[in-house]
Amino acid sequence: MADKVLMKGNEAIAEAAIKAGCRHYFGYPITPQTEVAAYMAKRMPKIGGTFLQAESEIAAINMVYGVASAGLRVMTSSSSPGISLKGEGISYLAGADLPALVVNVQRGGPGLGGIQPSQSDYFQSTRGGGHGDYHMIVLAPSSVQEMAELTVKAFELADKYRMTAMVLADGTMGQMMEPVSLDFDVTPPPEKPWATTGTEMKRKHNIVNSLSLVPEELEKLNIARFERYEQVKQNETRYEEYMMDDAEIAIAAFGIAARVSKNAVNEARKRGVKVGLIRPITLWPFPEAPFKKAAEHVKQIISVELNMGQMIEDVRLASECKVPVTLCNRVGGMIPSPEQVLDAILKASK
Amino acid sequence: MKRITLILGHYGSGKTNIAVNLALSYRKEREHVAIADLDIVNPYFRTKDSLDLLNENGIRLIVSDYANTNIDIPALPQDMYAVTDDKSLTCILDIGGDDRGALVLGRLRPEILKENDYEMLLVINKYRPLTADAPATLEVMQEIEAAANMRFTGIINNSNLGRETTAEAVLASLPYAEEVSKLTSLPIVMTTVKEEIAPELMGKVENLFPLALQKNFIESKIN
Repeated sequence: MADKVLMKGNEAIAEAAIKAGCRHYFGYPITPQTEVAAYMAKRMPKIGGTFLQAESEIAAINMVYGVASAGLRVMTSSSSPGISLKGEGISYLAGADLPALVVNVQRGGPGLGGIQPSQSDYFQSTRGGGHGDYHMIVLAPSSVQEMAELTVKAFELADKYRMTAMVLADGTMGQMMEPVSLDFDVTPPPEKPWATTGTEMKRKHNIVNSLSLVPEELEKLNIARFERYEQVKQNETRYEEYMMDDAEIAIAAFGIAARVSKNAVNEARKRGVKVGLIRPITLWPFPEAPFKKAAEHVKQIISVELNMGQMIEDVRLASECKVPVTLCNRVGGMIPSPEQVLDAILKASK
Repeated sequence: MKRITLILGHYGSGKTNIAVNLALSYRKEREHVAIADLDIVNPYFRTKDSLDLLNENGIRLIVSDYANTNIDIPALPQDMYAVTDDKSLTCILDIGGDDRGALVLGRLRPEILKENDYEMLLVINKYRPLTADAPATLEVMQEIEAAANMRFTGIINNSNLGRETTAEAVLASLPYAEEVSKLTSLPIVMTTVKEEIAPELMGKVENLFPLALQKNFIESKIN
């Protein structure tokens, strides 16, 4: 109790990043993630770190590229339109195999859209977002506590696999205040012999680059990268199952949609409907196993999303289309209500 | 009670909830009560969330047409000068967080100082990480005073952990509030607590002020 503090989700990300040893933050303000930058602006100068408000999102992501090349934990954060601007830099990070953290506190789109919460960047995040064959590790928190813990986890995974990791939150997660414990373990960064830290005339110089003009070489790099992605899939897939053991209906939902859905599951259970929830925590790699298992004993899966139906495609693939997968959604900054999800459950139970 | 009560403090310290509750309490004694929402920092969680409650209780809300509309601009209400022009109003000013929010007082300051019938209250919360101890809280206070170019007259101890707030957590915040009071030479004018735990704290905390917490759009969807 006494060790808890009251934080906004955005602040929890910032403080957790500092706890993870991040001393470089580059960003550009955009609602609803501006508190990440504001918090860093206050804290970084006091701990000898660097907070820099760049002249643009594109500049910020390339500053991240620079610090990541030097082997230090570094991050940027933005909201949907700003992430699109960072897309080129994110692809360059992937091409250069650089570990970094990118936070997306999503708002409704496309275009400038609005400032209310959304999950409509699911495709952009899980398929890469920029050009080229690549993935990011994508973590989806559904509480302020997880905003903190998954930020630390994102740094660790990024370093472990030399990949860019994304914390994919939404405006609700960024803005809501909850008690949070910041008392958690952090794995320090591993040795990074590839980093451009200066040779001191003692070793061959390192090159960090995403340019590779010999097609035979570029092919090898891509194949090696995807072999690494296979390891991530095997080792790092995360999800939560809630009341799935005897479930006849399954809800698939992440982030704020999972919070809303849990309320609906509890209400449906009170009415005797056997329904459970599968909450992907990693969106890439996508947790296929629990959906494959669920498809053996549920008669329907309902994908609850704040978009026009994006994760539903992964749910269908994972459940091998053995059971109907339906969509329950709101878009444009609207959030499904527990009643709306309950209605979908009751309809499915008939 | 002064004619004007200014509520300022760190971002997320609970200013809006306190402003709404204070207005309801002032309304019991005064005919013409208004809240002026002068938040130029945060487009969310505004006094407008409580519009129905304020209307029902005959409390005037002076707020930008753009608050809670998703138009993300730091707009001020067109009728904000009612605060200083209409002396029949008892006004509570809900100011945006930190020094950035306090900048808005530049416009009203000369008239408020001239009339000199105001109190300016600093809302503090021990459980917010950037005001977790007295020296850090003093720093935030000084930044706000510098931006507002006005001096605080008192402190509201609103130390809380949201829905996990217990009577023990409030009691544990009292030495912190005392220390802030000593360091700033400001009196603690009240300790605010959510109304559910107020009975446990009666007689144990001076100037206890129970708050009926206003739900925002997020809290209406999730537990």
